[in-house]
Amino acid sequence: MTSFNPKTIGLALLAPAIAIILSILVTTAVIAAVGSSPGEFWSTMFEMPKPRLRVDIVNQTAMIYIAAVAAAIGFRMGLFNIGLEGQYTIASFAAASFAGAAYLGGFANVAASIIVAMVVGAAWSGIAGILKTTRGVSEVISTIMLNAIAVTLVGYFLNNYGVKEGNTVHTKNLEPGSTLGGFAPFEDRDGEIWALSIIAVLVGVGFWVLLNKTRFGYDLRASGQSESAALASGINPKRMILVSMMLSGAVAGLIWLPALFGGARNYGTSFQVGLGFLGIAVALLGRNRPLGMLFGALLFAFLSVKSNDLTFSTDVSPSIVQITQGVAVLAVVVTYEVVRRWRTRLEQRAVSRELAEAREATA
Amino acid sequence: MSTATATSTKRTIVERLTKSWLYIGLIGIGVVSFVRIVTDTDDLTGAGTIRAAIIATCPILAAALGGLWAERAGVVNIGLEGQMILGTWGAAFFTYHYGPWVGIIGAAILGLVGGLLHAIATVTFGVDHIVSGVAINLIGAGAATYLAEAVFPDYEGGGPRQLNGLEAPTQITIPGVSDLAKDVADRHWFFVSDVASFIQALTTNISSLSLVMFALVVVSAVVLWRTSFGLRLRSCGENPQAAETLGVNVYLYKYIAVLISGALAGIGGGFLALVSSSGFSTGQTGGRGYIGLAAMIFGNWRPGGLLAGALTFGYTDSLRLRDTQSVHALLLLVALGLLAFAAFRAVRKQVRGALVVAVIGVVVMVWFLATDSVPREFTVMTPYITTLFVLALGAQRLRMPAADGKSYRRGSAG
Repeated sequence: MTSFNPKTIGLALLAPAIAIILSILVTTAVIAAVGSSPGEFWSTMFEMPKPRLRVDIVNQTAMIYIAAVAAAIGFRMGLFNIGLEGQYTIASFAAASFAGAAYLGGFANVAASIIVAMVVGAAWSGIAGILKTTRGVSEVISTIMLNAIAVTLVGYFLNNYGVKEGNTVHTKNLEPGSTLGGFAPFEDRDGEIWALSIIAVLVGVGFWVLLNKTRFGYDLRASGQSESAALASGINPKRMILVSMMLSGAVAGLIWLPALFGGARNYGTSFQVGLGFLGIAVALLGRNRPLGMLFGALLFAFLSVKSNDLTFSTDVSPSIVQITQGVAVLAVVVTYEVVRRWRTRLEQRAVSRELAEAREATA
Repeated sequence: MSTATATSTKRTIVERLTKSWLYIGLIGIGVVSFVRIVTDTDDLTGAGTIRAAIIATCPILAAALGGLWAERAGVVNIGLEGQMILGTWGAAFFTYHYGPWVGIIGAAILGLVGGLLHAIATVTFGVDHIVSGVAINLIGAGAATYLAEAVFPDYEGGGPRQLNGLEAPTQITIPGVSDLAKDVADRHWFFVSDVASFIQALTTNISSLSLVMFALVVVSAVVLWRTSFGLRLRSCGENPQAAETLGVNVYLYKYIAVLISGALAGIGGGFLALVSSSGFSTGQTGGRGYIGLAAMIFGNWRPGGLLAGALTFGYTDSLRLRDTQSVHALLLLVALGLLAFAAFRAVRKQVRGALVVAVIGVVVMVWFLATDSVPREFTVMTPYITTLFVLALGAQRLRMPAADGKSYRRGSAG
């Protein structure tokens, strides 16, 4: 097959390379425009991170990667699940409440909480799925609305049933038996790689197997590429929409669990918002491919975590990396489109040349 | 002969519609007034409430208009939120240096830059509209945060996350009318006082920028539906291939539409920074760009409809700042509205739809009778849930531009 053709691989890598160069240029320009030093910025960013930050980067990569896979399940089906944010917010809250209530002890509690998170995430995205299949409501709009509803709903439950501590409210703390340690690659004070970061690996492998080795994955990709062709080959499009939407939500439910059982121990001020949107961005960056998204997640985690160093050694504020990330996504989708058009033109030219040769040969 | 009858039937339909809208409006005010008196919550239509509602409406309205312009030309603009955020920063920066009106222009320009990004990505390069919009929201939020942290700490009244004490656009009071309306409104008569307090809110200390916003709705409606420019622009949203064969420069019109869209969203952001509050703060938009989009869909991609949508959402948005009692009274209003809608559907013989709406109406009614107050969070959720309901119940009746959200390549008309 042509998949190992060096030209194809070169074209595939061309787009991300251009995108990264472009986002570096834009970031540099913005920093220079407000009168800071881009040189200082880049040298700080590209210093080897300290052990503590390295651990953080791994943990963040894991969570962003789970989010990216959740987004990719939808994308491969041709669905735009903007609702990751709401799905993982409500699922994390549900899991934290369930785990905090300690109905079960030890590891059983962790396992049950994971299931709770997946079910709640799937149920929340399922609302959008049902609205789409039964009423024809665009999942983009409904999931945006569900995001806002989820955040307020969680705020309501937290304020009324949460544990108040000073000015903050949070769910009941996990009992010591239900928190999972992690793996400390450096000294203890540098922190641990959370145990449940392993979910990212499982989800990534699972995603690859599902897409490439199962009937469902085939149906999913077929429906994503052409709904009419999928219908003709006996795939029920409505069922596919609902199932993949719920699957996407179920995976979204897992996003914050590594942090919950690793360091946070409750749902409260430590809850990290915005992972859903980062996940969407990384899925776009990595073209919904398991390995591509891994690279994207690592890049985004690196930028976010490493930007913390900026406050100490430069006058550039850490939020600059949000611009870098946003530009990278926009640039990558634009360059992919350009490369795709260019490739189509090349192919068309090749075909017409071959046809002309064939005609000459027969003449 | 036949054309004559066609136009005459058309005219009667128009007349009937305008008349029925008038009746619906009158009945609506009557019902609201009735609810106010029954539940003894004068705050429900107090001038203060209406004033707050207008202020809450304007940013949503601006975003909704922005959505209208872009989508009428066939470009879905989810980036409204990001463009709005850019607008808040632009308004703060330019107002600090040059005063509020230049500030508004600055907000529009910053929003326009966001629109330009979206236009380049979607029109020139044919990127998926939603994807580009999501990226623009990331960039907008990041850029505003970064620029605020980089620039505002050095300013008077500024900090890394806010810039306070900005001068607001002038407020207008019409002397005689304002006092008279206040007088009548304070009597709390049925119907008359409700109308009076509405007039009072419109004539007392109303921000000139609010008036500009409402004027922009009319301007947009006229330009889009009563000029050949508007016709061409809308043709790009309905059938770009046909438009191109007729000599319309589709790319140019799409660019213009998306730029205007971004500028309008930016002005909405400027309104938030200058009128809704007296300064810039990070994360000020709070998803209003998305609500604007929802208001536009709620309004079926029409100016009048989106105005109604923005007012509804603005009203509920403003209620969360007021006492919970008036929100509770609103439940009765919602219940009555739903039951009336159910009756309307039953008359139209849409039995299933009528039943669904009636059941919801009864539930809300029971909720009203069984409780004394509504948690604040539920008020916050109202616009979103309303949108979901409108979409779920009326998705078949909504009609978006035929080529909305589809990317178009020059020359594909063949």
